[in-house]
Amino acid sequence: MFITRRVEFSASHVCSNPALSEEENRRLFGESANPHGHGHNYVVEVTLEGEPDPVTGMVLDLKELKAILEREVVEPFDHRFLNYEVPPFDRTIPTAENVAIEIWNRIQPRLKPRLHAVRVYETSDLFVDYFGGSR
Amino acid sequence: MIRVTRRYRFAASHRLSSPRLPEEENRRIYGKCANPYGHGHDYLLEVSARGPVDPRSGRAVDTPALDELVRDRVLKPFDHRNLNLDAPEFQGGVVPTTENLGLEIARRLGAGWKQVFPGGWPVLEKIRIVETPRNIFEVVVNP
Repeated sequence: MFITRRVEFSASHVCSNPALSEEENRRLFGESANPHGHGHNYVVEVTLEGEPDPVTGMVLDLKELKAILEREVVEPFDHRFLNYEVPPFDRTIPTAENVAIEIWNRIQPRLKPRLHAVRVYETSDLFVDYFGGSR
Repeated sequence: MIRVTRRYRFAASHRLSSPRLPEEENRRIYGKCANPYGHGHDYLLEVSARGPVDPRSGRAVDTPALDELVRDRVLKPFDHRNLNLDAPEFQGGVVPTTENLGLEIARRLGAGWKQVFPGGWPVLEKIRIVETPRNIFEVVVNP
């Protein structure tokens, strides 16, 4: 059984690679490379896989999942400039892909049921899914 | 591996009626969708591609390149068009159901894919078309 919880945060970012020329960054990232950044209302969906506990009837107490997402994702990411305030995005580019991988790495060790997927909506028309490691 | 999904929209009209079937049969199968002058939808198209994150760009899919492919191969030919009359694929008896539209869009994206993404990654995983909020069609290309 899969169980999904959704949280939101608002943050700013710049997508550009300092190792590349300005034209190359412009070609790869378009307006997202504008030097002073811009923001999004990110939506994160976290999906866990497990069977309901025979006593509680729950895969995981949603209050517990809510607290983990609040502490590991919303608290550090909300109303922040990702490149300047949320490591490792001082070193890696805060694309939606890398944001999804970072959220996975932050919450996966805190979860007892298997983490199945992290979905990050950067806008309603662009979202990414990360299933961990190889798949 | 990351799956990136991008949403696009186009408005088009169609009429569902097979020239190989008698009118009563078309009426029975397609109902109102067989009305003679056709009707339209705001189609929502989701294109999902899968690949590893390129360390240079931090991205799994070059979305501007994907946008251009979808614009040239799908949106330009289908947006604000009559699928029965304006799209050659739907002449000669192929009914422009959203099943057939999905297969055609998958074929068109597949035909241009290598040129836009020559490195082998990302792969086109699937497309999904929301014809109306209650009618949704998915074509899986690379599971």
